[in-house]
Amino acid sequence: MALETALIQEKLSQNFGHNVLNFEMKRDIFTFEATPETIHEVIRFLKEQEELNFHFLTDLTGIHFPDNDDTHQFAVVYQMHNWIENVRVRVKTFLPDPAEVDTVTDLFLCANWMEREAWDFFGINFKGHPQLKRILNMEEMVSHPMRKEFPMEDSGRTDKDDRFFGRTPVNN
Amino acid sequence: MSTTKTNMVAPPEGVVGEGFFATKLNDVVGLARANSLWPLPFATSCCGIEFMATMASHYDLARFGSERVSFSPRQADMLMVMGTISKKMAPILRQVYEQMSEPRWVIAVGACASSGGVFDTYSVLQGIDKVIPVDVYVPGCPPRPEQIVQGVMQLQELVRNESVRRRNSPEYKELLASYNL
Repeated sequence: MALETALIQEKLSQNFGHNVLNFEMKRDIFTFEATPETIHEVIRFLKEQEELNFHFLTDLTGIHFPDNDDTHQFAVVYQMHNWIENVRVRVKTFLPDPAEVDTVTDLFLCANWMEREAWDFFGINFKGHPQLKRILNMEEMVSHPMRKEFPMEDSGRTDKDDRFFGRTPVNN
Repeated sequence: MSTTKTNMVAPPEGVVGEGFFATKLNDVVGLARANSLWPLPFATSCCGIEFMATMASHYDLARFGSERVSFSPRQADMLMVMGTISKKMAPILRQVYEQMSEPRWVIAVGACASSGGVFDTYSVLQGIDKVIPVDVYVPGCPPRPEQIVQGVMQLQELVRNESVRRRNSPEYKELLASYNL
């Protein structure tokens, strides 16, 4: 008997009430939001609750939404997988700037590097992470390059002639 | 002598007489250096694959005296940087260059090593000449083995005509100083 999305939603709503919201089926994966205060417990519940049994954290990443209102500037997305039922679920939590959220490294060891990556590229601070430092970029870097305000092109480039790239002082 | 097909390197200009040959030390040293350039391949991506073809039998870089690929910077003359160098890699490239003994030359093979190529982005070094001095640039993305051979031949030309005193000259020291080397 497959794990029904309705059951997942019901169990979560029973336990977390208004802290879990916006349930929807998005691109074939059941998706919902959780508030930053409860996200750690939601992940724990998904992992440890016997019927849900989402024991595998497939991915954890950040998103930057500069056009959203102040409380929704950043999102942390968790993709979880139940191997037994082969059901996936996607959990999002929205954060203000500066972004801060509890670490899930105590639940999933694999979150260690993923959270470091999210810190590296988005500057999302994971409270309680054992070693939150840059993982891919060089350590001297001061910015978080996947934030939208970060320029696309490297300022050190010297050989590009703007005329050949269709750039004018207006649009570059 | 006439039966062999071997192409010997022509001797430098000089005075030939009965039992002697006089020429400039500069030319002899240049000749020797140019025809025994030991390459140090610093291959990080597809240009490195082209270099493998360049070293293999079909294009055979050994014909130019670069038979011996040196994976130790201490015994290499020619640093061939082939591929995208990320900013995180830059200090390592610099260290490899510093470990090479003089005289040393650098070829930037391909668009990425020369200018950053298509990777005009936060993580990629925009040309290795931002961190080390470069003698020859080989264009292409990736360049064909013929182009890499051409680059090596261009470098041979530089080496052949380089003064033995160049590495002690104030200009050269100034060049290194401009790279903080």
